Amino acid sequence: MEIIPAVTYTYLRSKKKFPNVWCAGCGIGIALGAIIRAIDNLKLDRNDVAMVSGIGCSSRMPVYVDFNTLHTTHGRALAFATGVKLANPKLKVIVITGDGDGLAIGGNHFIHTCRRNIDITTILINNSTYGMTGGQYSPTTPFMKIGTTAPYGNRERDFDICNLAKSAGATFVARGTVYHVTLLEKIVQQAILKKGFSLVEVISHCHTFYGRLNKEGTAVKMMEWQKEHAIPIQAAAKLPPEKLKDKFLIGTLWDVDFPEYCEEYDKVIAQFQVPPEDSEGKK
Amino acid sequence: MEQNKKARILQGNEACAEGALVAGANFFAGYPITPSTEIAEYLARNLPRRGGKFIQMEDEIASIAAVIGASIAGAKAMTATSGPGFSLMQENIGYAYMAEVPCVIVDVQRGGPSTGLPTKVSQSDTMQARWGTHGDYHAIALAPSSVRECFGLTIRAFNLAEKYRTPVILLMDEVLGHMREKVILPEPDEIKVFNRMKPTVPPEWYQHFEINPHFVSPMASFGEGYRYNITGLTHDPLGFPTSRPEEIEAKLNKLEKKITSNVNDIVRVEEEFMEDATIAVFAYGIVARAARQAIRMAQHKRIRVGLIQPLTIWPFPDIYMEQMSEQLEAIIVAELNQGQLLGEVMRTNCGKTKVYGLNRFDGDILTPEQIFAKIREVR
Repeated sequence: MEIIPAVTYTYLRSKKKFPNVWCAGCGIGIALGAIIRAIDNLKLDRNDVAMVSGIGCSSRMPVYVDFNTLHTTHGRALAFATGVKLANPKLKVIVITGDGDGLAIGGNHFIHTCRRNIDITTILINNSTYGMTGGQYSPTTPFMKIGTTAPYGNRERDFDICNLAKSAGATFVARGTVYHVTLLEKIVQQAILKKGFSLVEVISHCHTFYGRLNKEGTAVKMMEWQKEHAIPIQAAAKLPPEKLKDKFLIGTLWDVDFPEYCEEYDKVIAQFQVPPEDSEGKK
Repeated sequence: MEQNKKARILQGNEACAEGALVAGANFFAGYPITPSTEIAEYLARNLPRRGGKFIQMEDEIASIAAVIGASIAGAKAMTATSGPGFSLMQENIGYAYMAEVPCVIVDVQRGGPSTGLPTKVSQSDTMQARWGTHGDYHAIALAPSSVRECFGLTIRAFNLAEKYRTPVILLMDEVLGHMREKVILPEPDEIKVFNRMKPTVPPEWYQHFEINPHFVSPMASFGEGYRYNITGLTHDPLGFPTSRPEEIEAKLNKLEKKITSNVNDIVRVEEEFMEDATIAVFAYGIVARAARQAIRMAQHKRIRVGLIQPLTIWPFPDIYMEQMSEQLEAIIVAELNQGQLLGEVMRTNCGKTKVYGLNRFDGDILTPEQIFAKIREVR
């Protein structure tokens, strides 16, 4: 296992911008490690990787890595990424987002990018809170949990991100955690390979705000919670329903095929493109 | 020479879209909104015919975001909208300005505020084009007054966007967008098309936001081997977020100087009968058409009145207007709003001239007769 850090370091803009913005114990760095190893396993050319993000703790990830990196406005990463991918389909476009960025302010772009089935890999790091702004409740804060803007308990229902993506038309949906790091690496790799829109939900933790407000303990305690509550999808099939209560599934949850948007558009061009002199004056 | 060319009947919106194609646009993202929709429809049909790409996004915020993303990946990209959609785009227009991404935003203006008058003419987004996004911002906005100018200024909008690595706004209006007139378009080889400067240095020397004496840095696209960071956060020349005062100031100075040190290149003003005029009608967009007619009516009555038609609204033609204030006794600022460029005209002439607003905001255009009546009144 000693060589694993060595691989990750070669992808970091290490001279430039370290130390990073994340709290000690944060799960986002673990997710970054898994993403880098997945990219390294696939032997992708770094010049062909575009990493796009919005705003929030997780969205600060691209600045640290040696790819084509684009840190956009709050909630809009998928819309920017759609332009990048469509303009240059050779690029492997990976979107890094969080539960607030991706599902609240960016919720509309999320469902429509799923529906469009454009070949973008989205890694949504779900820590159930707005960490960067200090612990407000997010679309994935569970019912009755505390946020600084839900001091008496969150009275809203939380999103099931994977079901949302599946219903909206994503062709690959998987869930991992920052505790199950080898599984995470594997599903990120599958997601990047998938031709079509793929979503990986990464269950992470924010011990600094969410954990403290909800008395869930240290980063280690919160990762133990992930370990105890995650059930691999293969194992879940054999378990009685009562054993699945309060648990969540990890692994590849959905994998289907549907025509990919950029390829479909290329077919339109192939069929309708005309030499420049013929297109003059016609509609 | 002109007689050899084919005359065409084109709508303003179609001429704008055709101008975009001639300028080399190969990407459009948009969302339907009256009165701009024909631009999207025209490009949905014609972009793939020329190997370009069109996408209808889920809203205007996504549209401008996709346009910026496409430009970063190397495309010449445009979107078109109207007031409400233009409002939604403002945050990302600021992003394009901060991240120095060339792109063109067409606003076919309709009556506001709010949903306002979807099918009626207005020029009430003039100030939104200047101040719509947050933060210190130096806009470029152009305003055509005919179908032919819709074509030409769309090309110019692309050229300025590419030359200065900045978003450029084309302010059209409902009448112009929907009006059809005979136009003779120039041949493609008569049209000057400017493309963004590309880096000539090896990737390890490349600075995406280099600060140089021209205030415009060469721009590599994603996928060309120059791996760099782009962010809307205030950044250093490498594109990394910074909170160092000297780097912040240098970045914001660069953005400002890029526009203010090039006003002579960016600003264009058309004039008519201004040589000996003592009264001027200041009009842009569709109103300039009515003003031309009004001025002819006034000339028949031997009134020495001329037309000032800024083709560039932002940056405002300060220098030209300052010079004119020496010669003129009165300026009539005719606009389809409650007085937006009126304040700019007053600012630039420093009280030397009487300035009168002629404002119509009931959903119809100012007529030549109304402008003529105002000329007679102020004379």
